[in-house]
Order: sequence, then structure tokens, then C-alpha cells
Amino acid sequence: MRKYILTAAAALALALPAASFAAEAEIHIPAEKWSFNGITGHFDKEQVQRGFQVYKEVCSACHSLEYISFRNFEALGYSEAQVKALAAEYEVEDGPDDNGDMFKRKAKPSDKLPKPYPNEKFARSANGGALPPDLSLIAKARHGGPDYLFHLLRGYDEAPADMKLADGMSYNKYFPGHQIAMAKQIEDDKVTYADGTKSDADQIARDVSAFLMWTAEPKMEVRHATGLRVIIFTLLFTVLAYFLKRRIWARIEQH
Amino acid sequence: MTNATEKTTLRKIFDWHEQRLPIVSFIDHAVGTQYPAPRNLNYFWNFGFIAGFMLAVMTVTGIFLAMNYVAHTSMAFDSVERIMRDVNYGWLLRYMHANGASFFFIAVYIHIFRGLYYGSYKAPREVLWWIGLLILLAMMATAFMGYVLPWGQMSFWGATVITSMFTAIPWVGNAITTLLWGGFAVDYPTLNRFFALHYLLPFVIFGLVFMHIWALHIPGSNNPLGIDVSTKDKIPFHPYYTVKDAFGVGVFLLFYFAVVFWAPNALGEVDNYVKANPLQTPPHIVPEWYFLPFYAILRAIPNKLLGVIAMFGSILIMFVLPWLDTSRIRSATFRPVYKWLLIVFMLDCALLTWCGAQLPEGAPLILGRIGAAWYFLHLLVLTPVVGWLETPKPLPASIGEPVLRPAE
Repeated sequence: MRKYILTAAAALALALPAASFAAEAEIHIPAEKWSFNGITGHFDKEQVQRGFQVYKEVCSACHSLEYISFRNFEALGYSEAQVKALAAEYEVEDGPDDNGDMFKRKAKPSDKLPKPYPNEKFARSANGGALPPDLSLIAKARHGGPDYLFHLLRGYDEAPADMKLADGMSYNKYFPGHQIAMAKQIEDDKVTYADGTKSDADQIARDVSAFLMWTAEPKMEVRHATGLRVIIFTLLFTVLAYFLKRRIWARIEQH
Repeated sequence: MTNATEKTTLRKIFDWHEQRLPIVSFIDHAVGTQYPAPRNLNYFWNFGFIAGFMLAVMTVTGIFLAMNYVAHTSMAFDSVERIMRDVNYGWLLRYMHANGASFFFIAVYIHIFRGLYYGSYKAPREVLWWIGLLILLAMMATAFMGYVLPWGQMSFWGATVITSMFTAIPWVGNAITTLLWGGFAVDYPTLNRFFALHYLLPFVIFGLVFMHIWALHIPGSNNPLGIDVSTKDKIPFHPYYTVKDAFGVGVFLLFYFAVVFWAPNALGEVDNYVKANPLQTPPHIVPEWYFLPFYAILRAIPNKLLGVIAMFGSILIMFVLPWLDTSRIRSATFRPVYKWLLIVFMLDCALLTWCGAQLPEGAPLILGRIGAAWYFLHLLVLTPVVGWLETPKPLPASIGEPVLRPAE
């Protein structure tokens, strides 16, 4: 094992066999408009709520969100009571009780979202050997972030005639290598939005991508707001320091 | 109103303490009114102070991060996410620390290039230069081990690639690598010792910075003209350079905060938001940007041992630069040929940085090899030869008019 890692590492460091990855760099991901772009960007709470509905009804069958607790949804505008009610829809295992037995109970706001599979082996065997990745950080863990997620979900197409797909794989314009184990999930009216928004495929993909940006970077809004105040303060300090500097240096500069 | 000769109680207490431990006089001599500095220092001289400021930022944010970080392979990644999500202002601490490393290196690299351009490494400042290089090496070790701590994919594979370089050493290479790893692969013991050393080394850097400033005060600061400066052309460090540094730090912080608050992941690798997985190699392993020129030199040579020697040699060679540079003129301003050579050298370092980020094939590999060859050609051949052959411009006799006008 050690020798294998060493060889692999040395090979990677000195002469990375790049040919097979060349395709990855060539895929252009078009930039989309998001409410959270820019220095004052913020989450569109209604959009993120819709995205959560998509996650809940579609993605959560295979993908976990291991860093998200029910209590976190209060940041999306849900009330404490709504979060409690939402958590109560789920069952989690707890225990052991006084008899030493594990038991099921309704989830509480402090619980993490339950995972779809008990372990990795189970997840792989249920998905033809592929492991559906956890989605908590996916918007920061892929080049292109939410733009990539949106185009990936909408990027399913017929494979080119000269390309032979492996069993159970789908062709995707934006996936590195173009062979993806996840089948096409997003179609028109896949979900019926609680707020009455028209649920065409683009809208669904956009909403769930925005939701995943929120799960990856939940502190973005407070970061943007703090940043503006910090920069204004620093700018003020710098301007004052500049005039103080000029005034002090005037003592020695030639008149 | 107290009499001019009569001391206030506060002054008496101050004097009593100062007689026993003259700490305020010490600071005043180091960076205060009693340190005379040349009056013509330009804004490139701000970066020493800025680097010191960033060391303080890194230490303060780092201590609070350490209170919440767990150095275990099964919990490190999760503990960082807990800092980002649940610790009060944890996201600010982590983004300041991660981007602070980049800005620390930016400040130090500008500081080094300033020293190169104005000949600050030459007699009588060779030891000052050496200590500076030791600080750079300690910073690199600290930054490398810090990058391993979040235990993402790039942390793990970066650590594997870099530590595996030591296996290139003949005879003892494997033993050294086992010692670094604390086992037979990058694993829990590696993470744990890296955390311990990552916490230790900054205090070594503080010690070296102290010696760096000490060594600076023996000859005093160099200046853009590179000539020895008479007392009448010097001004007290405080208030003239303290206020100039305050302004400089302000400008630097504007750039730093813009990245921390508005693009905190721009300098990072997306793969490090994926948990470390020893069974899955990421397609493209790259170190942080500040290591890229050295990484490019490593990969330019198609032999592991020679590549490692070239990479470490590229920094170690700087220790003998005061003797490789045969010219006695310090400032490149007065060296018509060497000045342009140095500018090309800086562009070469930029080229190597770009090459280090590319896949080592085709044009980037060829450019990387040319860049690496030029790096050594510049230092080992061109620097001494140009020093012998070049005719420097005439040096001014002094900085200029006396700073203080004669008493009227």
C-alpha cells in the first residue's frame, strides 16, 4: 500500500498523466445570474425555500446533507413552530434507553437531517456501484459552483454516436468525462411548488442550485454585510492616516 | 499645574519601573524616536511592517481556531465545518486565517524583491538577509502544515506528494519519510504532529523576527539609493515611519478584507471542500499559489532526486547571493544592465508561478523548464558576470539637503 501511494504520488508530482483529464478543462460553464452574486448579494429566501422543497422531494432519496440541522432552516424564514413541525415529519434513531435498547423517535430541531443510506457500502449497492455525494458543500466543492450545478442538472442529452456509454450511465454535457451515474432527475413539473411558482425544469434546477449554495455557505449574507462595514471603516482609517502622514512629514519636507 | 522640574506621580512610577526594566526605552530604540532611519525610504519599505502585522493577525486568529479545531482524521474536516457554521464568527476567523496566509506571503515576497532590487542583502547586511531567508523557510513549513489541517482532498494529497519528496534522498529517504508521517502513510499521526508543529513554528518565527530586527539595527536600514547615510539625512522612525506604516497597512488591509469578505475561496482549491479520501486521487494536485514557482521547478526536471535538489536549491542558493553578486553597488537604480536583468528575473518568477498551476505537459512544461533554467542561470552565472562587466552610474554623495535646517 505504501509503495503504491509513493509511486502514485511521485508519478503525479513529476509527470501527471494528463491526457484523460484534458476534457475536464475544456468544458465551458456559462455564468448564470444569482441573487447572491456581487458584494451585496443575498439569498432569495423564497427561491431557497423552493430549492429545499426540490431537495426534499427529489434529491434526498439518494443524497444526504450531513452538515444541515433542522434548526438551520430558521435562517430561511421558517418560524420556530414550522421548523418543529418539519422535524417531526422525520424519524431518527436514538438511545440506548434505560433497558439498553435503541429506539425511534420524532426528530427535533437540533437533529441533523437523516441520511438516505446507513453507510457507504449500502449506498453504492443501491446505486449500481456509484456513491451519491453528500450535497452540503457541493456548491463550493466543484468548479463553477451553482452555475455548474444548474447546467449539470439541465445538461443531459443524447450521447454522440461515437461515444459508448457504460451500463447504467447517462451522457451529460457538463460532467467531467461526460459519463454520469446519476440519471436525469429534473423535468418540467417534477415538483408542484407550494408558493404557486411555475415549475418548469429550468426553474427547478435553478432553485435547487440556489438552495445548495445556501447549504454550502450559510453565513454569506452576514459576511457580505460585515464586509461592507469593515471596508468602510478601514477606508476611513486609511484616509485619516494619509492626511496625518502628510501633516507630520510636512515638518521635514522642503517648502 | 506641576512645576517643570517636579515629576508627576505617574512619571515617578514610570521612571521607577524603567530603571529596573527599561522596556519602553527598548521599544523606543527599536521602532520609536531613538531609531534613526534614512529619510528617503519609499513605499516598498512598508512591507516589513506589514509582514509583521500579518504574523500577528495569523497568530491571533490561529489561537482561536485551535480552540475549536480537532486534530483527528475522522473529525478534522467536520470540526472545520462546525467552525464555519456554529462557532460565533468562526467563518470570519477561518477566512481571515486562510487568506491571511496568502497575504502574509504577498507582503513577504514584495519585501524580498525590494531587498533584491535595492541590494539590501549586501555587506554589511548579510546576516540580516540570512535571518530573513530562515523566516521564509519557517513560513513555508508552517503554511504547508496548516494547509493539511482541514483534511480535505488537497490537504491529504498535497501532504502525500510533498512528504514523498523526501524519499528521493538516497539511503535514508524512506526512514525520514516514515518519521515525518509517524507511520507508513499520511494518516492520523501525521495530522497530529503537523498540528503540533503548525502551532509551534509561528513562535519560532517570532524569535527570528526579533533577531531580524536586531540585525537590522546594527547597520541600520538600507535606502533606495543604496548609499551609506550620514546622520543628518536620518529622521526618527517615530513618528515619521510609524505614521507612514499606518497608512501602508490601511491600504494593504483594504485588499485583504476585500478578498476575505467578498471572495474568500478565490485563492483556494475546490477539492479541499471534499473530505480526504486516501483511495481517490484528485485529477490535478496543486499546492497553494505561493508554492507554485517552486513546484514548477520541481516538475521541470524529469528526475525525482534532481528535481527535489533543484527545488530546495532555488531557495538555499539565496543564502550565498551576497557573494554571487560581485557588484559593490547596492541599489539597482545605478546598475543599468543588472536593473533590467532583475526585472526579467521577477517576470521569470511570475512565469514559474503560472507554470506551476498548469498540467505539466506541452507548452507549460516547456515554459516551466525554460523558466527554471533561467532562474539558476540568472543567479549562478549572470549575476556574478554582470557584476564584473557592468559600468555603474555615478553614485550621489548623499541623500540630499540636510533634513533639519541649520539653526537660525
